Formats: sequence, C-alpha cells, structure tokens
Amino acid sequence: MSVQDVVEPDLLERVLGAAMRTGGEFAEVFIEDKRSTMAGLDDGRIEQVTSGRDRGAGIRVIKGDTTGFAHTADLSEAGLRAAAEAAAAAASQGTGGANVVALTRQPEHRVSPVERYNDEVSKTEKVALLQRIDDAARSSGAAIVQVSAGYGDARKRIMIANTHGLLATDEQVRQNVRISVVANGDAGMQTGFQSAGHTFGFEMFDKIDVEELARDAARQALVKLTARPAPSGTMPVVIKRGSGGVLFHEACGHGLEADLIAKGGSVFRGKTGELVASPLVTLVDDGTMSGEWGAIGIDDEGHPSQYNVLIEDGVLTDYMWDYLRARKEGREQSGNGRRQSYMHLPMVRMTNTFVLDGNEDPDDILRNTEHGVFIAQLGGGQVNTATGDFVFGMTEAYLIEDGEITEPLRDGNLLGNGPQVLRDIDLLGNDFAMGNPGTCGKDGQGVPVGDGQPTLRVKALTIGGTAA
Amino acid sequence: MSGGVDELQAIADRVVAMAQPGEHVEAFVSRDAETDVRIYEGEVEHFVAAQTEGVGIRVIRDGRTGFAYAGVLDESAVAEVLAEARDNVQFGTPDEWAGLAEFDGVDVIEQELWSDALADYSTDRKIELAKELERLTLATDPRIRVDDANYADVASESAVATTTGIRRTGRENGCYVVVSTMADDADETQTGFGFSVGRSPDEFDLAKAAQEASDRATRLLGATKPKTKRTTVVLDPYITASFLGVISSTLNGESVAKGRSLFKDRLGEGVANSIVTLVDDPTNPKAYTATELDGEGLAARRNVLIDGGVLQQFVHSSYSARRVGTRSTGNAIRGGFKGTPGVGCLALQLLPGTRDQQALIADIDDGVLVQSVSGLHSGVNAISGDFSVGASGLQITKGQVAGPIREFTIASTLQRMLHDVVEIGNDVDWLPMRAAGVSLVIRDVTLSGA
Repeated sequence: MSVQDVVEPDLLERVLGAAMRTGGEFAEVFIEDKRSTMAGLDDGRIEQVTSGRDRGAGIRVIKGDTTGFAHTADLSEAGLRAAAEAAAAAASQGTGGANVVALTRQPEHRVSPVERYNDEVSKTEKVALLQRIDDAARSSGAAIVQVSAGYGDARKRIMIANTHGLLATDEQVRQNVRISVVANGDAGMQTGFQSAGHTFGFEMFDKIDVEELARDAARQALVKLTARPAPSGTMPVVIKRGSGGVLFHEACGHGLEADLIAKGGSVFRGKTGELVASPLVTLVDDGTMSGEWGAIGIDDEGHPSQYNVLIEDGVLTDYMWDYLRARKEGREQSGNGRRQSYMHLPMVRMTNTFVLDGNEDPDDILRNTEHGVFIAQLGGGQVNTATGDFVFGMTEAYLIEDGEITEPLRDGNLLGNGPQVLRDIDLLGNDFAMGNPGTCGKDGQGVPVGDGQPTLRVKALTIGGTAA
Repeated sequence: MSGGVDELQAIADRVVAMAQPGEHVEAFVSRDAETDVRIYEGEVEHFVAAQTEGVGIRVIRDGRTGFAYAGVLDESAVAEVLAEARDNVQFGTPDEWAGLAEFDGVDVIEQELWSDALADYSTDRKIELAKELERLTLATDPRIRVDDANYADVASESAVATTTGIRRTGRENGCYVVVSTMADDADETQTGFGFSVGRSPDEFDLAKAAQEASDRATRLLGATKPKTKRTTVVLDPYITASFLGVISSTLNGESVAKGRSLFKDRLGEGVANSIVTLVDDPTNPKAYTATELDGEGLAARRNVLIDGGVLQQFVHSSYSARRVGTRSTGNAIRGGFKGTPGVGCLALQLLPGTRDQQALIADIDDGVLVQSVSGLHSGVNAISGDFSVGASGLQITKGQVAGPIREFTIASTLQRMLHDVVEIGNDVDWLPMRAAGVSLVIRDVTLSGA
C-alpha cells in the first residue's frame, strides 16, 4: 500500500481548489499514514508491546502574513473539504472564487535504502533485541541493579500537494533502541545511557551490536560509581568525537533558522559573510546523509532534502529555510521545512547537523590540555537563541590532569554562549563521528535529528559542579 | 464537539464487551478540540483549529500486557486496535502484579472543570485577546519587542471502561494567553515571557502577563557573570514549582518498586528539614491540575508525602501499589490515548511559611535570588540526586536585591537541598504546572561562574 492509494491526486486538486475559495494565496495538503511499534523492557520483563496507527491530513492556507491551519483524521472527500474550508476561513474572511490546480508528480528522492521494512519484521524478533540488551547489561557487573530498554520503529508515508502544482511523496522508515542502566554502589546509585537509531530498515541491527551498546551503557554507570563531584568554574573542555554535535545543534544551529532570524530572535541575524566562528569550523546541515536519524528524502513541504553549508571556515554562509520564509525573501527553500505530524504546521528545522573534520590527532588534543574536563557523552540541552546562552548535561565526563584523562565526574550541567563557543574552538580533530539519535524540540514539536563532530577543544566553558 | 462523552463511553463499553474469557480489557477514548492563535505585529500569524480523537486499548491475559492505539474512532479502526492489542499480549513477560484498577471505595470530590463561557467564546474575541496582550506588552517599556503573542484553548472529553467494572467519563476545558518578549539595549538582547491561565478568558489578567513578560526580559539587561562561590539562594515561586517537579520523580512508587528512587528505603525517615511538608492534592480546586479522577479512573485524593521533614508515603497507581503491597493513592497519570497510565504526582504543594519574599531576602547577607533556570532535565539526575542547572537572577547583598547576574550554574544534590531548606515563603502561586510555586530559601549551594 502507498499513500498515493489513500488519496487520489484529482481529489487533492479539488480540495486545494476549495482551500483557495476565500482568496488564499497558497494552499497545501499534507497527508501522513504512519504505523509504529514500541516495545519496552524494564525490571527484567517485557512490560508491553504497543502498536500505533496515526493517519490524517493537515491543510494550510496562506494569505498575506496569515496562515490558517486545520487537520483531520477523516481522509474522505467530505473530511478533507471540511478541513480545507476551516483552514481557508482561518486565513481570511474574503472571497476569491474558484481556483484551478493541476498537480505534477515530483520524482521520488530516496536517501536511505531499506532492505527490511520494520512492519514486515516479526514482533518476536524486535522483542528479542530487548532481551539480549537486558542480559548483556546485567552480566556487565554485580553492581548493575536495574535495566530498562526501549525499541521503537515507524514506517511513515507522506504525501504533499500544493497550489504551485507540486505533488510529492516520501516513505520514511526509522527504528531505534534506547538503553538505561542503574548501578548501585557505596556512594549511591549512578546511571548509564546509550542509544542507536537509523533511517535504514531493520537490517541496521546486522551492523549495530545491541549487546555492545548495552555493555557500554553498563560500563558508564559502573565507572560513575567512583565518580567525584564535578568541578565548578570556567575551564578548557575537550569533547569526544560523536558526543558533542548536539552542542552545535543547540548552540548555533537553532540561531541559523530563518524563522528566528526574521523576527530578530537570533544572535546571528545580519551576520552572513562575517566571521562568526574559529576558522577551523565548517558547519553543515545535511538531510541527505544516508541512513542517519535526521535523513529525509523530502521535507514536510515536499522539497527535496539538501546538503547545506551553514558556516564555512568560520564564515557564516547561509541560514536554513522553509517555504514561508523563503517566499518572503524571494529565494529557494533549503529542504528544512519539517513538522512533527499532520497535526502540526511546518517550520524551519534542522536535519543532520555536524562539524567537519579538522587536522589534529585527537590524542594530541588531550596531551596539549594541561587541565580541564573531557566529555565522553553529553545529555540534553537547552538554548536561548536570542542570547546564545546554553546549558548541557554531562552524562559521562572525566578530569583532564597534565594532558591525561584521570577521574570520572558526577553528572552536572555545563554552560556557555553559542557564538562565544564557536570562536573558542582552538583544536579540531580528524576523527569525525556521528552521535546518538536525537529528538529536537521547538515550539512544542519534536522531530528526529542527527548530529556529529570530531574530537575538539573549547578554550573555556563553565562547568556546573559542586567541587572547588 | 460532536457526540459528547456519552458517545465516547459507548465506544469504550463496546470494546470492553468484546473481552474474551480470561482476558482483562481497558478502553480509553478521548476527543480534544483546540484553538491556537498567534499574533505578530498586530496581525494573525497563524490560526489553528483542530480536533483530535482516538482510542487506546490495553489487554491483559495471564499476567501479560499488550497495548495498541489509533487516532481514529470509526468502528473498523477500533476493532483493529483491539486485535493488535490482543496480538501484542503474547510478547509480554508474565507479571504477577499486572492488572487493572478496581473501585476502592473512595468517592470522587467534584470539581468545576468545564466552563460554558469558554465553550461559547467567539473566535474574533480570542484573536482580539492575543492582539490586546501584544499591545499591552509593547506599551510597558520602549526597549521591549514582542516575539509573538498567543491565545490557546483546549476542550477535552474522555471515557474509560474496564472489565473490572470501572466506567467513568470526564470533561474539561481551559485556556491561556502567553507572550514572548525581547528587550534590547545597545548590542545586548534578553528574553522573557508572561502568561495568564483560566478556566475561561474572563479569568485572564492581561496587564499582569504583559508586565511580567516585560520585567523578565528587561531585568537581565546589563547582567554580569558572578564569581564561583558557595552561597544561599532564594528560588522565585516559579522556580520552586519546577524544583518540586524534579523532587516528585523521587517519590514515584513505580520508581521505588523498581529500585530507581533515591528514597526507596527511607519511608518513616527524615529526608528534609522539619519545616518541609509536601502534599499532593488534586482535590484542591485552586490547583491548575485539579481533577476528579486519576488516569485509571480512580478518585483523585489528597496525599501527604513528606510531613515535617519525614517521608510518609510514595504515590502509586494500582500496579505499583500491588508490587509493594499497598493501595493505589490515585496517582495514575495518562498522557492521552497513545499510552498506558504511568505514576506521578498530580498537584504538589509545599506547606507555606509566614513571611513574604522581601522578608526572606532581608535576612540574607550574601546570596542570589534565582528567577530563571535552564537545563532542569539535562543537569538533574533524579536517580543519583546530582543537581546542576543554569540560572539567572539578582544578586542579594546585605538583605537587599542588587544587580542582575547570568551565565552561572547552581549545584548541589537533591538529598542535601531538601535538608538545606532554610525557610518557605507565604507567597503561594498556583501556576499552570503540576506543582504550586512559593518562595524557597536553600543554603549552601555551589554557584559556578567566572
């Protein structure tokens, strides 16, 4: 079954016509049909397998600076027309008359090949992954007292039609595992976490060893049992390959989204062509990165995904764009118009965001750092795009003393300012790696994103620990 | 909304009637209608009118649980969901405590959760409210810009039915306005927000929301980065509410049963300063999250969790209660039709003290009034107890608030902070969160800055 079969193009043409009847300048129908599976293991038991079905259409109508939006789970002609009329009424009060739309199907743009579709894989096979994870984590040490693991997958088909005549479809396949481990020691409990996720099919588990992942989560919890309180104050920080891309996503990626730029809500406004980072830094957002968590064939406005250079050798080259912002500026979209589901309006979002390799040997970066903190895993974070201020959780970190990694540190936040961090990157490794799959939240919507970077050093960040 | 709760109850009943011998079935059916208006520079930037409905079905057989949901309510979809949930049962591990809630003799305390005034409110007036909020905010200070001004409302109807005889419906609506601001001074920009919530728009205080949004942004202009030190902090009511949200996860009975709470073996022991009494009371009509029912359909009730610093009890659903050999405290939480109920506090409140914030500050020689925090979810580990958040606020010097400070963290551990509570204010603020705000003084935290 494909989305094309759910709603016929000629019906979409009629619905778009109805959406334009009150004088809209642009109308769009976004249709989604998603089947998902989740399985959770906790406390040694498969607690529950969940099957989900989400299917519906979101219709928006733009007139002037106003967007009207309505969504419906009713994909019949009556349901779609009712949503189209609601969106039209929300966008404008005028009358425009009939509007004829002729759709042209766009060629498919698939970036992640899929061998085994997850909805064709037995639930037994999915649940078995979790049992293997549990066994591997628990056999990592007697101090491991609790393991929880989650498996999730989705097969989502989307279809977008708009009054420019675009008709585009895509199929997006994702599956991931998440592992949380608790270890208990003399000084209380500690936690470890690992995850993996790809936009390939279920064959991703031929390449990713979930037991290895589980042992790594367990190792992290065990190591932290002897951790000392993190230091407090400002110091050099070395971030391990593939564990700090999220920092660039938060600390500067969001500030390069054209919707924030337009409202003056970004420190990067008006800085195109200027040196905004250390000349070592080239920052890219790439929706075409095959198999990665943020990879998409087309964005949720039907525009093919792209490789977009945002910062090149420290110079700001371009922002990221969706339809609405590109239309205002009279320029091309960049494949960054995304939405959580058919119930949401699209906006400018990142895909896979990463810093390209530099020239340093990662071991030399450590050797050249007399005193500081080495971060092996960053947790979630938060940024204020208007000021650039951000915080991040350090979920695995160590002291650096005399150029060597020494003691593990307890969890804490680190704090800095995005534009300042970009300038303060003074050593960049040659060992690029992508990081864990992420969910980026903006304005109440979550979308899957990837990130990556080589090992690098930031001259000064504030470590929010309790030790002197 | 069409149909109403009776239609939803009928769907839930039909599902439960299809239960096979030896099977326990729970059906949760809901329908939400939302309006979302965003104003920018006096014009409607977007207007969203949306209706969402769906069904979630849980099937338990021989201690194994399966679940499925769909975001549609037509008959064939509901049948498919039941079949999927049933199919999923075979993959669950038998769990002797698995089961559905049963009526426990606790009667519902009725709440006024529905406003006809809101249901009848016109679209034009909703748009006008958001425009008015933008105008009021811009008028507060020439340095203020408005990022956006929003009006939103939601009306929800739901029904639950189980083979154990639970059969309940609920209906509630509510609305809020929120405005995001930026304040500019030379090269510097700071941000703020202000909001007002109500069962109906008649309860809004737009002027207060505008002033708070303005103050939050302008008060940080010219802020400096403080030096690293140990200090005493006064948490603004809004920050205390967020802090209580973190504490609540340590009092979660399911985390306790699974050995994941740092208070798991501490019942009856002193876990906080003796001035700390923490109550979860969704039957208090002042609470934003006041409710009649928990996520399993049991009556919501008042529970004292920490009394005079002594840990009295954890919060439980029927499942976590069975595991530890106690009764449900009516604290099952359901996020919607897409999941099964978890456990959580519903409406936390610290028993207030006697003095206002100004009096609390007057006693402090050197400290910080914390007015905003960031990274509560990334820098706080509720299992180890490590606490570290980014913060901004005002310096306190010799009993007076002084200049603004930002770009620092405050850190301690949850265990220590509860013991280090020095005083609780009398300024209880019923915020749109699962915890009420009140000023809170905590000593001996590490401030990490320059």
